[in-house]
Amino acid sequence: MATEVGPTPVKTPASGGTPIHHGPKGVGEDNKILSQGKWASWLLAPTIIALAVVIVYPIISAIVMSFQKDAGLDPATGLFTAGGPAGIQNYVNWIAQQCGTADGGTVACPPGTLGAQFWTATQTTFIFTIITVTLETILGFWMAMIMARSFKGRSLVRAAVLVPWAIPTAVTAQLWLFIFDFQGIANKLFNASILWTGSEWPAKWAVIIADTWKTTPFMALLILAGLQMIPAEVYEAAKVDGASAWQRFRMITLPLVKPALMVAILFRTLDALRMFDLPYILTGGANNTTTLSILVINQIRQGFNSAAALSTITFIIIFLVAFIFVRFLGANVVEQSGATGKGKK
Amino acid sequence: MSTGTALRAEQDRGRRAAQNKEKWAQGRTYISAAVILIWCLAPAYWMVVVAFREVGFTYDTSIFPTHVTLDNFITAFDTSFGNRFGQALLNSIFIGVVVTAISLLIGVFAAYALARLNFRFKFLVLGFILGASMFPGVALITPLFQLFTNIGWMGTYQALIIPNISFVLPLTVYTMTSFFREMPWELEESARVDGCTQGQAFRKVIMPLAAPAIFTTAILAFISSWNEFLIASQLSSDATQPVTVAIANFAGAQPQQIPYTAIMAAGTIVTIPLVILVLVFQRKIVAGLTAGAVK
Repeated sequence: MATEVGPTPVKTPASGGTPIHHGPKGVGEDNKILSQGKWASWLLAPTIIALAVVIVYPIISAIVMSFQKDAGLDPATGLFTAGGPAGIQNYVNWIAQQCGTADGGTVACPPGTLGAQFWTATQTTFIFTIITVTLETILGFWMAMIMARSFKGRSLVRAAVLVPWAIPTAVTAQLWLFIFDFQGIANKLFNASILWTGSEWPAKWAVIIADTWKTTPFMALLILAGLQMIPAEVYEAAKVDGASAWQRFRMITLPLVKPALMVAILFRTLDALRMFDLPYILTGGANNTTTLSILVINQIRQGFNSAAALSTITFIIIFLVAFIFVRFLGANVVEQSGATGKGKK
Repeated sequence: MSTGTALRAEQDRGRRAAQNKEKWAQGRTYISAAVILIWCLAPAYWMVVVAFREVGFTYDTSIFPTHVTLDNFITAFDTSFGNRFGQALLNSIFIGVVVTAISLLIGVFAAYALARLNFRFKFLVLGFILGASMFPGVALITPLFQLFTNIGWMGTYQALIIPNISFVLPLTVYTMTSFFREMPWELEESARVDGCTQGQAFRKVIMPLAAPAIFTTAILAFISSWNEFLIASQLSSDATQPVTVAIANFAGAQPQQIPYTAIMAAGTIVTIPLVILVLVFQRKIVAGLTAGAVK
């Protein structure tokens, strides 16, 4: 019952849809694959075991924990109780925003408590994800198009985009906190007097701008790598045929760069959904900038088991988004990174 | 005759128009490049400028360095307000080196298998490793928090090193896998044909070829461990906290006043070595960063 463990959802569904098709082969070939398989399992074993210890085990124990009651003082007897099985109560509590009461029942969580923040945190997480990934994709695409051209100083630009990426997020957060200070440079430059971290939307935009600054370069580099895979002759041919710049972009660049672009967007989306460092340091989660990750962290010290339920919910949300990307939007990560492995030997 | 000159004039005009268009396109490229440069570098520049500015002029908004001083760097290492930045630097280096070493040591075998060998479930393994690298840290933190509390590991180095492996190891494996795919392995066989033993072929041909790939992967692994904040912010103690946590919690003389200049100095110290490393190995690092996504 309580120890019932769901299927460990760590496997990426992408692998399901792409079985390896071996053409007709001789017996020798089959033997070779068999012996290589043995070798491979020895070589892979350390990595698989290590990942099982550091990822699979915590995940399973988080799921087990999430079906347990939080230990605490029993308000009726004043004695310490160890918890015990809770069924799906922890999940129900988060989703319905209910808090436990002294007599064992539940009431709607009072505003301001962690329990009352689930849906706003979910909303905030998605707002951050949608806006930052959209901005980063557009800006990143533009930067990549520029960096793909040949001009003097191109290597300087390519080096410069690595600077925001190389700065640790914690430092980035403190830096933008200072930039967005009431007396800071942002207000000075735009001749504004905005209390950036003082109310909801300025605080949200502060996080969004800082995140966009920090991660657009990564996006741009991924897209640039995709652009460079397109042979120049394709463009030449289109030019000869009289295609306009916009047509070339829409009919050649976009479709050919799409696989790389989708993977870049997938990576960034999954990364944005677990956003923690920036809002945690920049705004402390105040003014509706609490993301799901921040909510989990705040909950840990109030009760492991409901924190485990929330982190499992977060994980499921991220997993579903990844699934949708891979299944319906054609972001085939494994195929992309495995493509060249095929055919060689 | 006159039609000939008219035609030539027409052609000249056409060529000049094309040249102008070309020039205009070039000009726009340079303007765009300048915008990218400013957007990427201005905030980092501001950090360095403020790091060198006197505390009394924290909110001075003149864009060029003014009231230059080195005091902030001394303040950054000052422990009298409870900051342990120096210790944190050592902690980050220690954790980063151990995590990188373990991940490379384990991951290099897996990468070799994934890049070179044919076996069933290869795509499943690749998918598992890629999935692991995208894994949300919060999903690990709760059980680890409880586990480490129970076995008395809270605030120890191993409590920080083990969770870091969960995202550094997958990154290491898939970066190295794509590097290994690009390597000219035929050379190994040629060396064998030329009379090298397996060991010699490995030492003299494969190692020199693989070294840059392994080195680049090591840099990427170290950077991602160096930047980790979420897990460290929960599982570290004052004695073991890495720089990211130290900078996030940096305290000043007055509790209400954030010591920005000292924080910017600390940020500069943390960032400059990384930026230099990244710029020196720029080409390789970009190849490594994008390796998983395209190819």
